[in-house]
Order: sequence, then C-alpha cells, then structure tokens
Amino acid sequence: MIKVGFYPGCSMKGGAQEYQESVSALAKVFDIELVEIPDWNCCGATAAHNMSKELSLSLPARIMALAEKEGITDIVVPCAACYNRLSLVKHEMAGDPSLSSKIASIIDMKYEGTTQILNIIQFIDKYITDRLEEKVVKPFDYKSACYYGCLLVRPHSVLKFDRVEDPQSMDVLVKKAGGKAIDWAFKTECCGAGMSVSRTDTVARLSGNIMKDAVDRQAEVVVVACPMCHSNLDMRRPEINKFLGEKIDIPVLYISQVLGLAVGLDPKTLGLNRHMTEVKFPAKPVIEAPVAEVPKKVSTTQNMEA
Amino acid sequence: MSASHESHHPLTLSGEIRLDTGVIINKCYQCGKCSAGCPVAEEMDYPPSLVMRMLQTDDPKQYEKLLKSMSIWLCISCEMCLTRCPMEIDIPTLMDNLRQRSYKAKKTNPQARKIIAFHKSFLDSINYTGRLYEMGLIVDYKMRTGAMMQDVAIAPKMFVKGKLNPVPEVIKGRKKIAAIFNRIQNNKEGK
Amino acid sequence: MSRIGVFVCHCGENISATVNCEKVAKITGELKGVEFATDYKYMCSDPGQTLIKEAIKEHKLDGVVVAACSPRMHEPTFRKACAEAGLNPFLCEMSNIREHCSWVHPKDDLTTEKAQDLVRVMVEKVKKNKALNSIKVPVTKTALVIGGGIAGIQAALDIANCGHKVVMVERQPSIGGHMSQLSETFPTLDCSQCILTPRMVEVAQHPNITLYTYAEVESVDGFIGNFNVKIRKKSKSLDEDLCTGCGLCTTKCPQKKIPNEFERGLGMRPAIYVPFPQAVPNKPVIDRENCTYYIKGKCKVCEIVCPTKAIRFDQEDEIIEVPVGAIVMATGFDVLKPDFFPEYGYGKYKDVIDGLAFERLASASGPTQGEIRRPSDGQIPKKIVFVACAGSRDPAKGIEYCSKICCMYTAKHAMLYKHKVHDGIPYVFYMDIRAGGKNYEEFVRRAIVEDETQYIRGRISTIYEKNGKLIVKGADTLMGAMPVEIEADMVVLATAGVANHGAEELAQTVHISYDPYKFFAEAHPKLKPVETNTAGIFLAGACQAPKDIPESVAAASGAAVKVAALFSQDELTRDPLVAVVSRQAPPVYSQCVGCFLCQSVCPYQAIEREEIKNRNGEVIKTLARVNEGLCQGCGTCVALCRTKAIDIHGYSNQQVYTEVMALLND
Repeated sequence: MIKVGFYPGCSMKGGAQEYQESVSALAKVFDIELVEIPDWNCCGATAAHNMSKELSLSLPARIMALAEKEGITDIVVPCAACYNRLSLVKHEMAGDPSLSSKIASIIDMKYEGTTQILNIIQFIDKYITDRLEEKVVKPFDYKSACYYGCLLVRPHSVLKFDRVEDPQSMDVLVKKAGGKAIDWAFKTECCGAGMSVSRTDTVARLSGNIMKDAVDRQAEVVVVACPMCHSNLDMRRPEINKFLGEKIDIPVLYISQVLGLAVGLDPKTLGLNRHMTEVKFPAKPVIEAPVAEVPKKVSTTQNMEA
Repeated sequence: MSASHESHHPLTLSGEIRLDTGVIINKCYQCGKCSAGCPVAEEMDYPPSLVMRMLQTDDPKQYEKLLKSMSIWLCISCEMCLTRCPMEIDIPTLMDNLRQRSYKAKKTNPQARKIIAFHKSFLDSINYTGRLYEMGLIVDYKMRTGAMMQDVAIAPKMFVKGKLNPVPEVIKGRKKIAAIFNRIQNNKEGK
Repeated sequence: MSRIGVFVCHCGENISATVNCEKVAKITGELKGVEFATDYKYMCSDPGQTLIKEAIKEHKLDGVVVAACSPRMHEPTFRKACAEAGLNPFLCEMSNIREHCSWVHPKDDLTTEKAQDLVRVMVEKVKKNKALNSIKVPVTKTALVIGGGIAGIQAALDIANCGHKVVMVERQPSIGGHMSQLSETFPTLDCSQCILTPRMVEVAQHPNITLYTYAEVESVDGFIGNFNVKIRKKSKSLDEDLCTGCGLCTTKCPQKKIPNEFERGLGMRPAIYVPFPQAVPNKPVIDRENCTYYIKGKCKVCEIVCPTKAIRFDQEDEIIEVPVGAIVMATGFDVLKPDFFPEYGYGKYKDVIDGLAFERLASASGPTQGEIRRPSDGQIPKKIVFVACAGSRDPAKGIEYCSKICCMYTAKHAMLYKHKVHDGIPYVFYMDIRAGGKNYEEFVRRAIVEDETQYIRGRISTIYEKNGKLIVKGADTLMGAMPVEIEADMVVLATAGVANHGAEELAQTVHISYDPYKFFAEAHPKLKPVETNTAGIFLAGACQAPKDIPESVAAASGAAVKVAALFSQDELTRDPLVAVVSRQAPPVYSQCVGCFLCQSVCPYQAIEREEIKNRNGEVIKTLARVNEGLCQGCGTCVALCRTKAIDIHGYSNQQVYTEVMALLND
C-alpha cells in the first residue's frame, strides 16, 4: 500500500462528494492510501485572492505547512481550483523569501515549501498510469470531450503542466481507458468558474458554448477534473439549455469516474448517482464476431444509475 | 506589498501598481489579444486591454472610472489573457490588485454587489469554520443580496443527491484560522 | 628619452561630461617622456587631426597617445594622420577613456583620475612601441557568393559585371530563392517571376560566373584576399552534361506523392524533380530520401525513359576546392514553423496557411494556376482573415523584432485576393501598419480604400475550426477593444521572418558572428551595414535581418561594391600585428626549441617549419616560422610557447608587462 498525502478541499466535502468517492475508490483499486492532511482548511479560492492578497497566500500556506508537519511530500489536490491556488502560492513564496517569512508569521507556523502539489492527472500519471491498461475490464468506449478548463493548465509559467493550448494528458488517459477523445475547440475555455451563484447568466453562456461545441462534435460525454467545472456544466444544465435553446443531455464525468468505470467499479461506488444530469450513454451495438448481425433494434440509451 | 519591489517611492499610479504587483503597465502595446480571448470581455464596461490603456494614461479620472467599473469584478481569473499575452503581462494579478483598491476606497460598482457579497459570505464561512460551508454560504449570500428565491428549485434535488451537507464541517483549528483573519485585519489597520 | 604627444578628446560631451579633459591633458603632460599634451573637442575631426600632425612636426614627437574612444573605429584615422606627418603609424596608440571610463562612470574626480591612469598606461606602452611596416598579401580576384536568391543573384551579377570571377553556391536544386515563389510584388504588383527569371538566366550564362546548385559550403580557411573554400556538390544522380532537361523522367517517375516544398506543401512532386518550371538550371535531381530505387533497390524508371542516358544512380558527392578573395553571404531567411501557433491551429487546420503558401495560391504557375482556392476542399474562400505580426513582436514567443515585410505583403495579399475574388471580403488584423518606403504607404491606403480591405486593429486570440469555417476571435482596439468574431473560410498568417535553417552552423563554418536570432551580424549597424567583423566577408539580403526585395537588392549591390573595391588592388596591406619567432645569432639561432606546440594550436595554420642548415647543407636546427600572410595575431601560440620564443608585434610581452607595471606603480 502506497501512502500519498491528500487535500480534498471544501467542494469534495459538499457539492462534489462523488469526486472524492471516485478518487478514493480508484486509489483503492491500485493499492494507494490517500492520507488526508489533518485539520485542513479552505484554500480561500477566488474570494480570497479577489479580496485580500495576504489571505490568498496565508490560507494555502497553512495547508502546506500542516502537510510539512506530517512529513507529507506529495499532496494530491484533485480540485483544479485548489491545485491552482496551492501551486501559485508555493511559487510566489519560493520566489520571495521576505514574503514567505511574513506569511509564516501570519499563519504562525513553520513553512518550508517542500511539498509537491499534484493535480489529479499528475497523481494518476505518477501512481496509476503504468498499471492502468492491465486493469481495464470494461473499456469506456465513448466519444469523450476532455475538458481541462482554466485552472489546471494556467498559468503555464508556474504550473508547467501539459500544453497550455490543446492539452492532451486527459485525452491520453481516456484513450487508455478504452475511450475515444474527440478533437474540439473548447478544452481550455472558461466555464464561468466561481460566478455560478453571483452571475448565473454569465456561467450559462460560457458553459453553454462549451457544451454546444462538445455536442456538435458528437461527444457522448464530457470529462472534467475540477468540481467547479463539473457543477457549472452539470448542475447549471437547465440554465445552459435555456441559453442555448436546445436540450443537451450528455453527462459530465470526472476523470476518476471514467477510469473507475473502466477498471470495473460500479456506478454507485463512483457516485454517478449524485450527478444532476442523469448519467446515461448511447447503447453500443454488441458485435460478437465480425460477421455477426447487428441487432436491428437497440434501446437508444443505457441507464448507468440503475 | 512585497518587499522585493521596494526601491523608491513611485510617482505614478503605474509605479504604485508595479510596486504592489510587479506588473509593468507600460509594457502593454495595446495589441488587444487579451480582450480578444477574454471570455467575459463582451460583458465588461472596459475590456482588459482598455483597462491597461486607462492605467497608461495615469489620469486620475480614468483611475476613478476603473475603481468604479464592473470589469474588475467580472474578471473570473481564468488567466487566458496572461497565457496569450505577447508581453507576458500578469493581468489577473493586476485585476486582483484593482479589486482590492476599489474595495478599500469604497468605490465598488453597485452592480458588483452580488459578486462581492458572494466573496464576503465565502470568506466569512472560512473565518468561522475554517472551511467553506456551502449551505451556510448560500444562506448568508441570500441574506446579503436579498435574492431569496434564486436556485430554490434545485436545492431539494441537490439535497437528495447528497450535494448539500446540512451540517457544517468545523475544523479543530478554526480559532487558528480566525487568528489569521485577525492578523491580516490588524496588519491593514496598522498601516 | 621619449618625446611623446598626448591628445585628449572631449568627443563632444561624450567624454567631457564626466571627465575633466583639460585636467587629464595637464596632468599627463607632466609625465616623464611626454613632450606635449593638449585636449580638443573633436580629435577625429579635420582640425583635430591637423592639430596632431602639426604637433608631431613642431615638437618632433616620436610617439602619440590619443585619449578618446575605442580604437575600433578611429585607430586607423589617427594612425593615418601620424603617417601623414611622417611618424610611423604603429607608434600611435589609443587610450579608451570613453567606453572604458566616461560612459560607465558618473561625473567625479575619480573618473578623471581613472582617465589619467588609462593615458599613463598607454604612454608607458608607446615608449616600448617599435616602428613596424605593413604586410603585403596578394588578392585572389574571385568572389564566392553563398546563396542564389535575389540578393545572391544581384551581388554575383554586379561583381561579375565588374570583370571579376564569381563562384555561386546554392543549396537548392535551382537558384531563385523565395522571390521565385512570390506571385506579384509590392508596391507595383509586377510579376515576381517576370522580373526575376531573366536575372536567373543571366547568372547561368554569365562567362564570369560558375554556378554550383544543390551544393553547400563545407569549410572556409584563410583570410581576406586569400580564402580557400571547400564546396560539397551533392549528387544529383545525374550527368548534367548529357541531360537536356526534356523532363520525361519527371513525368514518368512513379513516386508522385511527395509534398512539394516549393509549393509550401500545397502540391505534390515526383522523386526526380525540377523545383519549378523556370528553374535554373532546368535539370532534375533525384531526391534520394524519397526515391523508390534508393529506398527499395528497385524501380529505375527514370533511367529507362531517359533518352540521353543521363541518370547516374551511383554518382557520389563531389568536393570542390576554390580559392577566393572575398565572400558574400546571401543565404536568405525562413518563416516560422507551425508549432509556433497552437492557438491559431497553424499546422492543424489545412486552411490556416502562411504568407508564402498564399503566394503560391496567387501565383499563375502555382498549384491552382493562380485561382484562390482553399487547401482543404478547393472551394473559393469568400472571407479571408489575414493576420499580421504572427510571431513577430512577440517576446513571449521569443521574437521581439518586427519582421518588417509583413505589413506590405499582407496588404498585397488582400489586394490580390480582392482582384481575383470580387465578392470576397479580406480582413486584416494588425497592430500597427509599418509602411515606410517609397510608395508603400500609398499602396496600403489603396488596399484599404480602393480594394475595401477591412483593417481591424487588434491581435487574434484564437482560431478554431467549426463546420468547415474557421472561427477567428479577435478584438477591435479602436472600438473600445470590443471582441470581434469572424467566420472565415481561410486564414493567412504573416509568420515572422526568421534566420534560415543552418544559419548558425554556416556562420561558424565561415567564421562570422551572428545575433541571438541567428541572423548574421554586420560590423557596424549604421556605417558598415554590409560588412561582417571578418575582413573580406560581406552580407547581402535577408540573412542579416528580414528585408524586402528592394532592400535586399540594395544591400547586395553594396556588398558587390565592397568586393569590387577589394579586388581593385593587386595586393592588400595588413597591419603587421602578427606573431614573430625570435631570432638570435648563431650558434643559438633562436630560443625556439622546435617543439611545434604552436603549430598544433594555431587556428590559422600560420606556423611553418624552417630548417637552419650549415654550409654543407645539413639541417642543424628546425625552428617555427610564422607566415605573416596567414597569422591573425590572436596570440594563442605566444601563450603556449614554453620557451617564450614567440611574441606579437605591437602587443609584446614586454609592452603588456610595462602597462601592468605602470598601473601598479602608481
């Protein structure tokens, strides 16, 4: 059993419980124990860096300081927003020792900056990818639009993760899970992020454009790695459809859920039942031999929740 | 704020901003690539490149307009502008700085009230519990904005799906978090 | 006892702003051995030089120190003035109190003191200077022109027409360069081929020009007037004497699916090919990397069909050695590679092309016979977006400079498009319009006013393809930076002009310097724009920086004049600042012990063996000897000589030692 530090962040304890459930379940399949940082606090998210620079530095600094105290070196941060905040704070403090000591005195803790912050894909690549294909039992055979959003890849100068334009890391994982990653244009366009409540109309427009491009290019599912993206694309679907004037009903899955399905975990363990937009996929004709007849009548959808 | 940029007292607003954030306003040559890629530019009163231009004028009237603008609150920190800026100007950090200046000067745009209310509710939640308590946040936000009916329809479904936690998670070190908030508040007042 | 004159220059205010020049002259005038000292506002001016000349005569000076700028520019000026006054020019030295002192220090007494120190050091050195005589070397009156684009062609013809021999080396199978790819040229819209091909033919037929195509420079040794160049003539797999250029082989070659480089990949070519119909020489080469015979060992269709039996599958590369007296670099430029613009989908979407590809589409001899048809489906695009500054002026992508030619060719493209597709709408996204040049601004205005090109001031953020359209997202910075979205049928990127591939390696081969962008560096940005820092090697065209045709031609003619001036002399005089092996009276003959370590390290092959023989003709000692013609005075041999037998004229160990001691014994 490999132990890896884990920072779930607030949304995984609330609106994005299924993300934590699926990450944990997936880790378990690969004999990885996620060790939650004890007594962790919120990273401050958009609110902190909009309103107070010190707060936006102090809150993530405390999280990393707590991890250091526990001797944790790798912290998995599945929420892209938290990953972004932690990485940026680590970077800024590393480049400015006087700022670093000022923040250390605000949080009243020792801070070294020695922890490694891993996003969900970096975590999978470091601990799981090598063993992934051998464990795939139910290929995730759907046309997937991998949606990276903003915070996973930007700013590239700090995060240095994947390509900033047309990233590929999630596409590679989906392919390894047996899926087909479609080429589309909105991989890194913003979904509206933290404006979900305060500017719902903005979110409907931005997320609507994303969903529309995915569907226009025949995507059967959108795959994400961020609870904010998920809630905007999934929970805000009624507003999206109202904005678009059409009914888009393809599901939005976390990458951990996609891989979980592929390695044979059941939908409920992965929290698929928690999505606001029902998780269902177009039925695939079962072809047993190359010459076998394709069933004339197939139901158009298979319900994953059942 | 950060000590590394302290050299001499700035004479211009651009100078002050450079001292605060390291962002060099005059690097911008007005190509407009930021405005072209900004997802919310069409909703903004001043798209990002225009914000840069207004700061370049160093005209107090333009500065005043910016502090009162919606643009600074509409920016969602998606970092697209910085990613594609040929001059690598950190506009997101600049926007953070302008928001903080606007809030401090009590000049925030009335239409930004909901956005600021959300941020404040969010921070209050962290202040009290150490974490974000979503249900508490929403209730607090509704109290602040009076938008009582917003999203009422989806709440029961979210509850059923286990997406709304009825009980806040309170961390053991919540007093330590409150202390952080206090220290920052005191630092500001001490200035 | 020395009689040295010290002349302190103010350089306008360049020196006198921070250095008290009068004081420097006064104090150094009191030094032992200094007979005369004075200061003057511009020592390099005519009155300044006269002042030096008269002082030499009046005070019978036997040494001169000019305290002024770096010797790089004006050492020859002052040495010449001294010579005119009858003083051996090598008894004149410069003390650099500008770059080394006034420019880098504030106005302060210490700055003046430093200037005094610098002058004092040079006074001590001059005391040890010896009168030297210039070295004379012969000149080989043949020029090498590397690169057969318009710049190389112009330089070669100008030199050849002066009556000198020219060897032209071109990497491609044909000369013509990028200009041969262009459709029409700004600001006159005359056909590029029509004005270029006669010159290409002239090169091929000129009795003074030897043309090697499909060839590259392998090595360059020697020095001005006496270079020795090795040229690798790559095998064309063809006997060029037998080949008549009938073209039968190229039509019969079964391998026809190779992307045509000349057409920017918009067309295909066979494995045995002539790059374009007007190629010079108009004879094919076999592209061995793609030829079925070279890959699989079978085919030989070309050999079978060739009526004159000119195909030579076993032909090998040939190395040709030529002595030349001067070299003109005319290797041109390249445009950015597709991976530069992931946000624009360049390289990903077929209908996002670069300017050169558009030239081919607009060219009557191009893949569409001059019809503007987009590459993906051959449709005539009704909306084209032209993007200026695609990579240029973009420090984030590593290119800070303006590529200079794009504003003009973009206007031209918009115009050509409108002339060919009357109901089409050309859009140009630009940052600034830089149309400095004769009739250039007028040309751009014509594109906007007469041809109704939509100029939008703003840079594109992203381009993506949707339902056969390219969605272009920009902003109009003249409309409050409001976002603009255009559904285009095709996008043309004015990609930045960059140094040609292999430029860095070639610069190292010929020993010239280059800038951080790998463009070849001129000797002086204003006053020596076509010279390099290596004597006898000149620059022409866009290998130096992006240049348009008129500029390239002008630079090429400039370089040609430099070559002609060099060739107008039968021998060259060079500074005698070369290494010399000490000689002594017999029986020692020299401190040199004949270890020849110097020979192994000399970068210029300037060390020879000299045998000392007795009366019976028996060799009694072998010594090193320096060939003055080859030696560049670098001093490597001096540093390595274990017996201190080698020294350098003008920079002897003793002179340098004296300088150091003068500083230490303040």
